[in-house]
Amino acid sequence: MTTSAVHPPEERLEPARPTWPDATGHFGVFGGRFVPEALIAALDELTEAYEAMRVDPAFLAEFAALQRDYTGRPSPVTEVPRFAEHCGGARVLLKREDLNHTGSHKINNVLGQALLTKRIGKQRVIAETGAGQHGVATATAAALMGLSCTVYMGEEDTRRQALNVARMRLLGAEVIPVTTGSRTLKDAINEAFRDWVTNVETTNYVFGTVAGPHPFPAMVRDFQRVIGDEARGQVLEREGRLPDAVLACVGGGSNAIGIFTAFVPDDGVRLVGLEAGGDGVGTGRHAATITGGAPGVLHGARSYLLQDDNGQTIESHSISAGLDYPGVGPEHSYLHDIGRAEYRPVTDAEAMEAFALLCRTEGIIPAIESAHALAGAMRLGQELVAQGDGGRGGEPPLLLVNLSGRGDKDVETASRWFGLGDREHVEPGAGMDTDQQPTDGAVTSGDAVRGQDAGSQA
Amino acid sequence: MSPLAHRIGAARAEGRAALVGYLPVGYPDVNTSIAAMTAMVEGGADVVEIGVPYSDPGMDGPVIQQAVEPAVRAGVGLRDVLRAVEAVAAAGAVPAVMSYWNPIERYGVERFAADLAAAGGAGAITPDLIPDEAGEWLAASEEHGLDRVFLVAPSSTDARLASTTAACRGFVYAASTMGVTGTRATVSDAAERLVVRTRAVAGDLPVCVGLGVSDGDQAAEVAAFADGVIVGTAYVRRMLDGTGADGVRALSEELAAGVRRRAGVPS
Repeated sequence: MTTSAVHPPEERLEPARPTWPDATGHFGVFGGRFVPEALIAALDELTEAYEAMRVDPAFLAEFAALQRDYTGRPSPVTEVPRFAEHCGGARVLLKREDLNHTGSHKINNVLGQALLTKRIGKQRVIAETGAGQHGVATATAAALMGLSCTVYMGEEDTRRQALNVARMRLLGAEVIPVTTGSRTLKDAINEAFRDWVTNVETTNYVFGTVAGPHPFPAMVRDFQRVIGDEARGQVLEREGRLPDAVLACVGGGSNAIGIFTAFVPDDGVRLVGLEAGGDGVGTGRHAATITGGAPGVLHGARSYLLQDDNGQTIESHSISAGLDYPGVGPEHSYLHDIGRAEYRPVTDAEAMEAFALLCRTEGIIPAIESAHALAGAMRLGQELVAQGDGGRGGEPPLLLVNLSGRGDKDVETASRWFGLGDREHVEPGAGMDTDQQPTDGAVTSGDAVRGQDAGSQA
Repeated sequence: MSPLAHRIGAARAEGRAALVGYLPVGYPDVNTSIAAMTAMVEGGADVVEIGVPYSDPGMDGPVIQQAVEPAVRAGVGLRDVLRAVEAVAAAGAVPAVMSYWNPIERYGVERFAADLAAAGGAGAITPDLIPDEAGEWLAASEEHGLDRVFLVAPSSTDARLASTTAACRGFVYAASTMGVTGTRATVSDAAERLVVRTRAVAGDLPVCVGLGVSDGDQAAEVAAFADGVIVGTAYVRRMLDGTGADGVRALSEELAAGVRRRAGVPS
């Protein structure tokens, strides 16, 4: 990996673009292109247009103006001291991507890809979506730029994220529920690829995460890295130093790459990705791809994935639709293998406890995806303080958490989990067990909070 | 000599195109699918593409997905596929494995090549593996004398047609239309243009056409300009319909007559 030891990190205000991937999209052994030949021409066209566009001052100016005037960037950094009381004494800063237009970090990438779509002269965009955040963002950008838009969403996800389905339709997008396979994000991606290979002459695929074939992992990273570029400057400005650790949830991994990238050269900053541990990695019902998977090929790239002995993708499980994905972006696999980032699982129960805590201590309802990063901060803060390290010169450890999205879309899932409303008529939602068990290694007092009681204890 | 090129060349010597049929292993179960492949050969298929069930068949349409899903759930894997390879070879056709890349990578590329060669397989067709990513497979197939078939598409540039055909051995698979597998009312005229462009750079390598062919008339139409006619979904539909081995044999007979008839040539 690269180092930048010549100057102290504080002086490096404009972090460089990583030296990976190589020209053919490889992050070490990961990444590449594992797609039908029919898509290669379109991927080449996209790569060429993107390489020209990303250094074009006119594009960069247009992109920056949209981010400022439409998305509302820069997003603020908020310190959350009452929440941090549950983090062992660490201080916690949130990067507020939840405050972006459309409610998550997904808009950052989509505006870039929508501009690219116009540049290559295509009139139609397609997208896959899990939680619906990327679908909503794509539908939004399509409406803004006058593109026709089709979104593929697993039927299972259209149920647990009904609000986002309605939002997409209001924005003029066609939402197609996918009924094949596990009926979640993985199958939505398969359907989107089938659409793309059939309609590639008129259609651009606006991919939502840092996975998929080259150039998507690098391109989406470049569009998302604004999160970390901003946050690094904001933390330096307010604290005069870098955070001790940067935490983000990882499904496909776009918000995590977005906040990690600026910090990758800062060797003293730990990068921690929180994967969806579902019912617990030991149960087999989870979406912790790097923790519980093995390298293989899925959706156009080599990366870690959940697979069986026959190389079949194993269906993932998470209370969070946005993390319920059995693959992960190849750059995360690379960062893991070179030891630059670490990946940890967070169970549904841990995430929902952190979700409730942030609501009650800070008045911020996070996306359940982002709540996994919050749970990771609770555990890491306790570890660092218990070990007596992490901070500097007696200061408490400073944790920067990417709050990648807001929880409006999750209100129904959370209400069911916590048993708000009529407890006699509560049905567990997708990914939830009727008899939720306490989880090994749970946060705070050592006991995971059972679903219906989590809110009251927090 | 490449077993696939040899068989397709023999068909050419008879003044006809070769018939290449596809069925996945494991639908409705392993033994029934292997019996259907044998029937496919008895009906006149020259080459059998033996499909490896895969959980995420991004290039396949709804019919093949429907047949493959239960096989995936039943845990059908490469060991079962190798049994099918032996059965097809015994029936007298040339067996080639058709697999998305991950099942092969998971099995181990070198081990797959060794076991496939030992079972009497001619080689493999890899729809989501392009030669650019195929270093390990190129080496293993070379070492074990296996054919390797990559795909070309109407969107392929001339440069890619040249580099892809250079990496192929046995034949090159011309995906006739932009899209996924499935039967179509008409075979796109893009197919003939693609074959002409591919031949211009392919030397002696046979060019076979797949995607969309479902009956004897379409087979005759494609046989007029291609070295081989690849039929998949129409066979799978026979299995889904429950007509099983008899339906598959009858379809082979119809298609085998088609590849001998050729469009515009009196039969």
